[in-house]
Amino acid sequence: MARAASDGPASAIPDRTVRHRLAGEDLIRHALVVLFAIVLYLFVLYPLLHVIWRSLLGPDGAFVGLANYRRYFGTPAIAASIWNSLAVSLVSMVITVALSFGYAYGLTRTLMPGRGLFRIVAMLPLFAPSLVQALAFIYVFGNNGIFTRATGYNVGIYGAKGIVLAEVFYCFPHALLILVAALSATDARLYDAARTLGASPLKTFLTVTLPGVKFGLVSACFVVFTLVITDFGAPKAIGGKFSVMATEIYNQVSGQQNFTMGATVSVVLLIPAVLAFQVDRVVQRRRYALVTSSSRPLAPARRPLADWGGFGYCALIAGAIAGMYLAIAVYSLVARWPYNFTPTLRHYRFDTVGGYTPLWNSVYVSALSAVVGTVLTFVGAYVVEKCRTRWSGALYLLAVLPVSIPGMVLGLAYIFTFNKAGSALNVLYGTLAILIISNVIHYFTVGFLTATTALRQMDAEFENVSASLGVPFYRTFWRVTVPMALPSIVGISMYFFLNAMVTLSAVVFLVAPGTELAAVAVLLMDDAGDTAQAAAMSVCIIAIGLAVRLAYWALMRGVSRRTQAWREPAGTTTLPVEGWKT
Amino acid sequence: MSADAARPAAVGLDGIAKKFGQFVALRGITLSISPGEFVCFLGPSGCGKTTLLRIIAGLDRQNAGVVMMGGRDVSALPPSQRNYGIVFQSYALFPNLTVARNVGYGLETRSVAKAQIEGRIDELLALVGLAAHKQKYPAQLSGGEQQRIALARALAPSPALLLLDEPLSALDARVRQSLRHEIRALQRRLGVTTIMVTHDQEEALAMADRIVVMNHGVVEQVGAPVEVYMRPRSPFVARFVGQMNFLEATAGDRAGWARLGAVEMRHGATEPIAAGTRLTLAIRPEEITVGAAVGAENRLVTRIRAIQFLGSFTRLSLALPDGAPALECDVAATAFAGLGAAEGSELALSLRPEALRVFPAAG
Repeated sequence: MARAASDGPASAIPDRTVRHRLAGEDLIRHALVVLFAIVLYLFVLYPLLHVIWRSLLGPDGAFVGLANYRRYFGTPAIAASIWNSLAVSLVSMVITVALSFGYAYGLTRTLMPGRGLFRIVAMLPLFAPSLVQALAFIYVFGNNGIFTRATGYNVGIYGAKGIVLAEVFYCFPHALLILVAALSATDARLYDAARTLGASPLKTFLTVTLPGVKFGLVSACFVVFTLVITDFGAPKAIGGKFSVMATEIYNQVSGQQNFTMGATVSVVLLIPAVLAFQVDRVVQRRRYALVTSSSRPLAPARRPLADWGGFGYCALIAGAIAGMYLAIAVYSLVARWPYNFTPTLRHYRFDTVGGYTPLWNSVYVSALSAVVGTVLTFVGAYVVEKCRTRWSGALYLLAVLPVSIPGMVLGLAYIFTFNKAGSALNVLYGTLAILIISNVIHYFTVGFLTATTALRQMDAEFENVSASLGVPFYRTFWRVTVPMALPSIVGISMYFFLNAMVTLSAVVFLVAPGTELAAVAVLLMDDAGDTAQAAAMSVCIIAIGLAVRLAYWALMRGVSRRTQAWREPAGTTTLPVEGWKT
Repeated sequence: MSADAARPAAVGLDGIAKKFGQFVALRGITLSISPGEFVCFLGPSGCGKTTLLRIIAGLDRQNAGVVMMGGRDVSALPPSQRNYGIVFQSYALFPNLTVARNVGYGLETRSVAKAQIEGRIDELLALVGLAAHKQKYPAQLSGGEQQRIALARALAPSPALLLLDEPLSALDARVRQSLRHEIRALQRRLGVTTIMVTHDQEEALAMADRIVVMNHGVVEQVGAPVEVYMRPRSPFVARFVGQMNFLEATAGDRAGWARLGAVEMRHGATEPIAAGTRLTLAIRPEEITVGAAVGAENRLVTRIRAIQFLGSFTRLSLALPDGAPALECDVAATAFAGLGAAEGSELALSLRPEALRVFPAAG
C-alpha cells in the first residue's frame, strides 16, 4: 500500500473541507437559516440592544454613559425597588418550593386518596394571570375583604406580604410540575438497597430521596425566583406603595413618561433573570441519568400515617387554591361583594372596556401566537439541529435568550423598536400583530427547547437516509419529522396559547385602542375600581383556558390512539423545561 | 488493484484525508473497488473506517482527496446525487410509516408509476423474505427483520453502490450469524458493489471478497480474507484479525533462523535479515503442533498454566522454560482428550517453520 507516502504530518492536510456543489434543496436550507436569523435578530437582539442603548442616553437623546444608572442607584425611592424585588423573590421562592415539595411528595410517594383531584386543582393558577391571585387575596383580606369584614381584623395585605402570598400561589404549579417530575424519576432499587442496609426512614430520605431530586429542587428555585422577579401583575394589584422593579418600569414609562429611566431599570432587571437561567443551565448540565432502562419505578407502599398526613396537607393547600378561585367566581356573580350577595350577571357586561372585544382579541391573539409560535419554534429548532452551519451555535444562543428577558423589558424594547417615527417597523405598532410577535418571542425558548428535545430523540440518520434515496429534506420533514413530533408540537402550541391568554407584562405597553386584551382589561378595570367586572373577566380567561386545555387533552388522546400503532409504549413526550415561562 | 482497464472501478479513492480540528482521522487513503465486489472496512473503533464510509457517501466532507464512482468524480456532489443506498446500525427506519412505505420511500419522489412502485416494493420484500409484513410498522418487527427492511429500502432504487455501516452490530449473536449469510447471498445475486464497515473480524472474514484493515487513519493491509489471515502484513493486523502469539527473538547467523532464548528456530521469512536484529516471531494458537505430531524441528517443552474449555476446542496457556507466560495454544476437543494434559504438567510442542511469521521487533 501507499503507506509511506500517506504518513504526512497533520499540517499537510488542508483545514478546509472540500465543498459540495449546492443542490436546489440546499438553497432552501440556507434560506431557512437566514430567515430564522433575521427573525431572531429583528425581534430579539435588535430590540434588546435598543433598550440597553436607550439606558445610556439622556432625556434629550445625548449620550450620557452610566449617568442614568448613577441616578437610579442614587435615588433611594427608586433604588429601593431593587432590594424589594430581591427580597420578595427570595422569600416567595423558599416558601413556594418548600410547600410544593411536600405536595409533590404526597402526589408521588404516598397512596393518599384524591391524588388525581389534587393534581388538577394545583394546576389551576396556570390558567389565570398572576394579577388574579392578587385580586383574590384582596377580595378576602383587603380593606373591604370578606375576612376583614367578618372579623374586623385587617391583616394589611397590601404590600410585600400580599405580593409574596399572591406569588406563592401563582408559582406553585410551576414548581410542582418540576418537583413531581423529579420525584417520579427514581429507581426503586435504591430504596431496596437502603432498606436492606438497615437505613431509617429519615436516613433514607436524606441520603436517597433528597440527592435524587436535588437538580429538580435547584431548577424549581431558579424558575420561581425568575417568575417572581419578572412578574408585574401581582405587585401592581396588591403591592400598594411597595415598589418592585417590574412596577417601577411601569411607573416610569406609563406614569411619568420617563422612558430613559424605564430602560435603565429594565437593564438592571435583566441581570438577575439572565443569571438565574444561565446558572440553572450550568447546574443542569452536571445532571446525570438517574433512571436507566434497567431502573424499576418506585411503587409507594401503604403507610397510613404518611398517607393521611399527606392527604391533610394537600387538602389544605388544594382547599386554599380552590377557595381563591371560588372567591373570584362568587365576586363576579354577586351584586356587591361583600355587602350584597344577590346573584347577578351584570358584571359580565364589561361596559367600561367596550364589551367582549378584549376577550375575543385575547383568544384571537393567543390562537395566532400558538400557530406562529409553534411553527417558528419547531422550524427554528429543526434549522438549528439539522441544518448545521457555522451559525448554528449563535442561533441557538439567540433562541434561548428570550426566556431571560422579562416581559416588561420586552414590551419596552418593542416600544423603542416599533414606535419610532420614520422606521419601516412602525407599521406593526398598535396592531394585533405586534402583540402576537411579543407573545411568540416572550415564550419562545420553552417551545424551542421542547422542539429541540423532540428532534434530538429522533434518529440522526433519517436525513442521511433520505439524502441517499434522493428525497429532499423538506419531504422527510413533512412525512416523518412532523408526524413523529406531533405530541410535542401540540404541546408547544398549547403552551403558547395558555400563556398568551394570561400574560400581562409583555403586552401591557403594546396594547392600543382597538387591540385591548383580556388580561390588560382586568388590570384597567381593577385600577378604575370596577373590581367585580375585573373578577368577571378573570373568570372568562380561566374558563377559556380550561376549555382549551380540555380540548387539548382530548386531542392528545386522539393523537396517541392514531399513532399507537407505531409508537413504542415507552415513547412519552414531556415539556422538558415546562417551568421556564417568565 | 486489479480493476480491469475496460470497466472503471466502482469506487476509487485517491488520497482521502480528513481532520476534525487537529485530530487527523484519515491520512491519504487510496483504494480501488471493482464492480460487484464486497469490501469490508475493518478496524478498531476510532480507526477512521466509518468516517471513510461517510466520505464516500458524501455525509462527511474530506479535507483532501478525490472520490470516484464508476469513473465519475463525485467529490463535490451532495449525497443525493451520488447514487448509493445506505444501511445504518440503528436501522433508521421511519417509525411512522409502514414497511411498504419505508421500502418505497426512495421511489415515490421519482416519476415512477404507482403500480410500478408497488411492484418493486413486493419484489424487494420477497427478496428479503418479509412479504407478509408489508402493512406492519417497524416497531412491530424484530431487530433482524427491521434491518432487512432497511436493506430493502436501500436497494429499492437500484443503486450502483450499497453502503453498510455496522449493520449487524445491534443484533444478537444468532440473528447476526444468519443475517450475515443472507446479506452475502443477496449481494451475490444482485451483483451490487458493497462496502461494509465493521469492527468484527469474524464478520469481515466470513462476508468480504476483500478486507481493508485500518488503524489510526491509515490502511494497514488490503487483501482477500485468507490472505489477511494467513499473511498479515503488520503485527497490528496479525493481532486484530484472529488470535496471534508473539515471541521476542533475534535473527540468527543462518538465513531463515532466529534465536529464541536458548533455542534456535527456523522461520518462514525468505528475505535475508542481518544477524542479531531483534525480531518478533508470530504464530496462531491453532497452528502449534502438539501430541504425536510434534517434530524434532522448532521443538519446545512448556508447562501448562491454565486450561480453558471453549466447546469445540480447548485453549491452553503455556509457559516457556524460563517461566514467562508466552504462548496460547488451541487444541481441538477431540485431540485434547488424547493429550492427557493437566494444569502444571509439561507439554512438548513444535512450531512449524512455515507458520512462524517474522516482524520487526516492536518499539
